[in-house]
Amino acid sequence: MRRGLLGIEDLTREEIEAILERARDFQPPHRQPFPRLETLRGKVVVNLFFEPSTRTRTSFEIAAKRLGADAVSITAAGSSLSKGESLVDTLNTLAAMRPDAIVMRHASSGAPHFLARHLDIPIINAGDGTHEHPTQALLDARTILDRKPALSGLRVVIIGDIVHSRVARSNIHLLSKFGADIVLCGPAPLVPPEMAAMAPGVRIEYDMRRAIEGADVIMMLRVQLERQHETAFPKAEYFSFYGLTLDHFELAKPDVIVMHPGPINRGREISSEVADSQRSVILNQVENGVAVRMAVLERILGEPWEDC
Amino acid sequence: MGRLLIKNGRVIDPATRRDGPADVLIENDTISAVGENLEAADAEVLDASGMVVAPGFIDLHVHLREPGFEHAETIETGARAAAAGGFTRICAMPNTNPVNDCATVTGYILEQARRFAVVKVHPIGAITQGSEGKELAPIGTLQAAGAVAISDDGRPVMNARVMRRAMELARSFGITVVQHCEDLNLSAGGDMHEGVESVRRGLGGIPSCAEDVMVARDLLLAELTGARYHVAHLSTKNSLAMVAYAKSRGLAVSCEVTPHHICLTDADSVPYDSNYKMKPPLRSAEDVAALIEGIAKGVVDAIATDHAPHTGYQKMQEFERCPFGIIGLETALAIALDRLVHPGHITLLRLVELFTTGPASVVGLRSGRLAPGETADVTIFDANFEWTYDVTQSFSKSRNTPFHGRRFRGAPMATIVDGKVVWSRAPLLQAAGGVERRQPALMSGAAEAAR
Repeated sequence: MRRGLLGIEDLTREEIEAILERARDFQPPHRQPFPRLETLRGKVVVNLFFEPSTRTRTSFEIAAKRLGADAVSITAAGSSLSKGESLVDTLNTLAAMRPDAIVMRHASSGAPHFLARHLDIPIINAGDGTHEHPTQALLDARTILDRKPALSGLRVVIIGDIVHSRVARSNIHLLSKFGADIVLCGPAPLVPPEMAAMAPGVRIEYDMRRAIEGADVIMMLRVQLERQHETAFPKAEYFSFYGLTLDHFELAKPDVIVMHPGPINRGREISSEVADSQRSVILNQVENGVAVRMAVLERILGEPWEDC
Repeated sequence: MGRLLIKNGRVIDPATRRDGPADVLIENDTISAVGENLEAADAEVLDASGMVVAPGFIDLHVHLREPGFEHAETIETGARAAAAGGFTRICAMPNTNPVNDCATVTGYILEQARRFAVVKVHPIGAITQGSEGKELAPIGTLQAAGAVAISDDGRPVMNARVMRRAMELARSFGITVVQHCEDLNLSAGGDMHEGVESVRRGLGGIPSCAEDVMVARDLLLAELTGARYHVAHLSTKNSLAMVAYAKSRGLAVSCEVTPHHICLTDADSVPYDSNYKMKPPLRSAEDVAALIEGIAKGVVDAIATDHAPHTGYQKMQEFERCPFGIIGLETALAIALDRLVHPGHITLLRLVELFTTGPASVVGLRSGRLAPGETADVTIFDANFEWTYDVTQSFSKSRNTPFHGRRFRGAPMATIVDGKVVWSRAPLLQAAGGVERRQPALMSGAAEAAR
């Protein structure tokens, strides 16, 4: 783990617990300015984003700065990648400037894994194609644990475009490691049966109302039209079968929470009323994003923690 | 030239069902005698003790990349790699640049082969112009120029009507139609076999049915037209079952299987390592078992490598950007021995058949025989020789293989084309009288291999 963070699948339960525990220390105290720490003073973190991103990139930048590190952000449009340089050459060039870690988002699954085999520098995966988005799953777990005593035994329903979702994959791995009961739901072409075999405790339910029965957590996903080679479902009927509305809350546990990795599309996968309801913890997720990424950066770049 | 005597080997010749100790005497480019205890005072002697002496191996499926992609392979380097794999003849797929869709390109390939190749090269012509799947290529002219089959390998003929017309023509000319079976709509966006592993890795899947639907379609067209039809690199259990069924009904169909598809599964592949990326993709364990069974039962006609060189920088990219294909000439026999013979699925005789008479009959070549009067193309291998594949020493220009560093039992030892030793693993030749002699400069392969 000190080598970087490529995915949740490779982490142990203990490693995940340590990060989630440490992230609590970084949750901002209410109505007080966040104290700037010196933990990573002198360290340089490069945020290399080959795909557009607002929240994740900003979140990593703020996390690095709050720990006293210097953060440099590069987006594909302004980089030499748009001049035809290969990914390996771009990374080698950056690595030659000796940053302490590279935070990377890329549209190709496995791009950070491929680079990690050829580079010495720690790589933190900020989302690779349709594969993993490990810090998202960590911040989701932190958000759930702020409201529920434990992940074990929780029923978590993930609804939407599962097959194209790196958020779903990372969450499936994380929740499964802690013994949660995971239900995947969405149009059949977007939820292939093989997904149930990805990890223990996963099942598929194509009927949304049945999927939500007894849910403790509902995770909504955006429909990623940009990742689909052709329309895999009839768009016109998506919301009526897989859109989350206030009515659905009756089927879930009384204290159900609604999550969404963002960006949300009101009226496409989630009704405006649900997004703004008391059950929605969407903004808490964003807040926890910074805390969790601070914990991750500290673990990779700071003094070794006691447990490792 | 002169005389070459291969002594003390175990001669396996599928055409005559011979399998036993015998010597082989070669005079110039022709086999003059096969029998026990042959003597020839003035002949060079090759001691094949403990080795199998077989007819020259034939590979139906090789990408030589010339013309057009000489940075990845040339006819010369590909032929050297073939010789080091025990092959004496290789069939060159037409997806060069320009595509081999006219007599000029066919002639160019044959001329380059004549000048630079240590093994025999048989061009395969395109089915359609530019392999675009639209207008038919001049099939009769390609055949007259030397093409032994037609195929749009890598760019399957998606239009059933075009395929039907191609088969009708091919039948009239007596030329085999070879198809890379892949429904491009079903496989679009896919980078590995569709299954739990593709879902886990977040990679687009190539479902087995992308192959199966085209095999099914083509077998129906083969029945309709009576064409001689061959499925390239067959990789799924359903396709195999359909070919078996078509054969049982007497259709003139055949199929080949690659070494990697009987050796590796999708789950074996190293995530995002493009040395495991090829088409068709590495399939499930169930498919691998079905292919091995199909080979044992005689449904499969040939083992073919689908040797597909790509340069290092092409393969050093994001997985989904990397081109499909791996090299395979130098490891084919070792993998086949490892996966088929050593576990007892097939005999050595059947193995030799898969590399000789099997592929020869697919494209109608009169070769793959080891008998007096036949051309002296001979492959000598040791079924138990232990070695490690080091791709940095490969004769191919490219290095894209998942088998680098793999231990094998069994290897080619020498390759003889038209009576000449064009490659040997170590110096095996002795001049008459038992005096060791340096090999001719042509056999630089031997010197490199011995290093």
